[in-house]
Amino acid sequence: MSFDIKTNVIQPRRHTYAHIAKRLGGDKPATRYQEGTWDLQPTVNFHYRPTWNPEREIYDKSLTAIKMEDWYSFNDPRQLYYGTYTMARHKMMEAEESHFKFIDKSNMMTLMDAEWQQMVRDFILPLRHFEWGANMNNCDCSDKAYGTAISQVALFAAMDRLGIAQIISRVGLLLDDSTGKSLDQAKADWLDSDRWQGVRKMLEDSFVVEDWFELLVAQNLCMDGVVFPLFYQHFDEAGQAHGGSAMSMLNEFMQDWGKDEKRWMDHLLKVTAAESAENAALLSGWAVKWTDLAIEAFTPIAHHVLGDKADEAMTSIRTEITQRAKKSGLEI
Amino acid sequence: MAEKRKKKLGIKQRYSMLTRGLGWDTTYQPMDKVFPYDNYEGIIIHDWEGWEDPFRLTMDAYWKFQSEKEKKLYAVIDSFAQNNGHLGITDARYVNAIKLFLTGVSPLEYQAARGFTHVGRQFRGVGPRVACQMQAIDELRHVQTQVHSMSHYNKYFDGLHSAPHMHDRVWYLSVPKSFFDDARTAGPFEFLTSISFAFEYVLTNLLFVPFMSGAAFNGDMATVTFGFSAQSDEARHMTLGLEVIKFMLEQDERNIPIVQRWMDKWFWRGTRMLTLVAMMMDYMLPKRVMSWREAWDIYFTEAGGALFADLARYGIKPPKYADIATKEAEHLSHQAWHIFYNYTHAAAFHTWIPEKEELDWLSEKYPNTFDKYYRPRLEYLDKEEKAGRRFYNDTLPMLCQVCQIPMGFTDMDDPTTISFEVSEYKDDKYHTCSLGCKDIFDYEPEKYVQAWLPVHQIYQGNCGGAEVPDVLKWYNFNLGADNMEYKGSPDQKLWDEWQAHRKKA
Repeated sequence: MSFDIKTNVIQPRRHTYAHIAKRLGGDKPATRYQEGTWDLQPTVNFHYRPTWNPEREIYDKSLTAIKMEDWYSFNDPRQLYYGTYTMARHKMMEAEESHFKFIDKSNMMTLMDAEWQQMVRDFILPLRHFEWGANMNNCDCSDKAYGTAISQVALFAAMDRLGIAQIISRVGLLLDDSTGKSLDQAKADWLDSDRWQGVRKMLEDSFVVEDWFELLVAQNLCMDGVVFPLFYQHFDEAGQAHGGSAMSMLNEFMQDWGKDEKRWMDHLLKVTAAESAENAALLSGWAVKWTDLAIEAFTPIAHHVLGDKADEAMTSIRTEITQRAKKSGLEI
Repeated sequence: MAEKRKKKLGIKQRYSMLTRGLGWDTTYQPMDKVFPYDNYEGIIIHDWEGWEDPFRLTMDAYWKFQSEKEKKLYAVIDSFAQNNGHLGITDARYVNAIKLFLTGVSPLEYQAARGFTHVGRQFRGVGPRVACQMQAIDELRHVQTQVHSMSHYNKYFDGLHSAPHMHDRVWYLSVPKSFFDDARTAGPFEFLTSISFAFEYVLTNLLFVPFMSGAAFNGDMATVTFGFSAQSDEARHMTLGLEVIKFMLEQDERNIPIVQRWMDKWFWRGTRMLTLVAMMMDYMLPKRVMSWREAWDIYFTEAGGALFADLARYGIKPPKYADIATKEAEHLSHQAWHIFYNYTHAAAFHTWIPEKEELDWLSEKYPNTFDKYYRPRLEYLDKEEKAGRRFYNDTLPMLCQVCQIPMGFTDMDDPTTISFEVSEYKDDKYHTCSLGCKDIFDYEPEKYVQAWLPVHQIYQGNCGGAEVPDVLKWYNFNLGADNMEYKGSPDQKLWDEWQAHRKKA
């Protein structure tokens, strides 16, 4: 027996918008990602130049040295538009929220050694400021990027970094019984402790990078390429010997997020490098420069947490970044 | 062992700990280099901590609320498409309001997303930056959900197929486009005054709400669901608008005249752009919500009046030329519809002469002006059309240098005389439609001489060719389908077939 509801069938006159059909190579049904992304950004006939920077147009391809025939060659492999983005993040956050609840209820933070608790305060809490910097940088890239496809992944990343900064802040509130004292100390460390000055200097230097694509590489390939494995794998593993399983649970969001970031970032590098040898050379130069800077900047905190295992960890991190970059067509 | 009592934070305190403390004053790079754009406008901020967070949303809560709203909205959009929701609207003429929205307003949502991203990076205070970033991503939501919900209409009606392309080129769409380009090229504080305050706070009930109410009255479930879903976003955006004004005014009294000038400018620029909405409300909705005049009285004269009375304690006066705008409410929609009736062969939507009972409604709603000035003209054009002489104007109109509306508005005290003003700048003459637009031009002539005026561009040969059809092809119009009179259009023909089929069934 088949199930057959009779409906009033009306033939559509077209399946999608004209600019989408052009990119699909014909009038075919399009996905929501495609309709919600392609060609949304204005491209010509801007009325005025920015009074804050008359050198440029409102949307301007020359804000990066990277050249693309078509700035929609890159498409987010996750196919995220606002709707799917918020749903995906809510799902991740729901899991994270249940970890917070469980840890809070069972006082799990107190299972950590006193020294490791201090260590956690030393390494994870000041990182909330790094995350805020990553928010700024992605916001800047989203602002200056050409085309909706790249601009929107950067905006999602910017909001995510604010979210991560807030998750880290909550770790502090768990540790200090919601007085906020641990966060004050972490900020003092961020501003003055020798361990953090290399990171802070690198980040502040990145705030004034002019080329947005360089900034995208610096932040999302190089700095994050160090931070995510270092803080959420190597430091996490080191904590196992000190009763650090609460931190392992709380790290889940960041571990998942780091994997998610690699997916779009590596694909973006691949598409951009494949466009031309000039692009590949630019990307490679930036990747080398910022990977060196990032490795150097995070080495003191790696030594503080991992002791004599730090160099080994940093070597494996450098290898991982190098392999990712090579796989994406960069020479590094 | 007794469980230790845990401290619970209030929302304000929790938000502040999670968010406000994140920023720091940079020392390896000077702050003015990291934030180069937030002081050249002359706005003086002594203490960024004085910013009151208008909505204390942390990202976890944001993802939760927004994803739930999105789930519900897309369920409705899907069901609308599956059930041929377009057959349930009052009349196919209604879809022309949707066309105007998708080509004229949705691209502004995108511009807003990018504009708020820009200021979300540029302010040196953490509080305003986070508020702006949230609005940025909300605006991305709005453009995408609009594109998705109107995608169904595009499958069955003309004029909706090329919104981004048209928005960058078509003559009347340069009115909203230049409005937003103007805001985006201004400094960050002026941007917030223009978009968050003038647009979102003062005028949203005259822009967003009429379209959404129009959708509700005309059986457009997809659009009205979007409207409801966006309502809580809009409420947040309005709060941001008011907060930024109070913040600037409370920080330093030298900010007051700057803010006042921006309010004057953006009120006028906003009301000019609302011309398109006025026309939509009075002429394009088969089932009308209220007249433009009534909307103006309720949402500007009354609600705006209360707002400016509240701001008086800071030394802020109601916007300059508000009296003229109020007078215009009697005329605006009629004059605008007439312009579009003239030029509908060059527009991506249809126009028509209202039916008799619709004319009667207009007579009733506009007792002072409609019968005296506008009804006879419409009845004359109707007669001409019925005699096979549908009127199209083949001469291109001159545009206002600032608002870019064809210079067809009249003196409000003498509705038979076209109003215009002239300014001189570097030995050239520039024409504006009104004192409001002239003031804006005269204050920043170096900005407004840059305007990409569609008619000038056509005459300079930059728009596809010398003849009107060349230009329309350059606009990507499907000639004879997207443009021209509603009567006899493919939209109307198909609509009638669908309705006949439904009756048979």
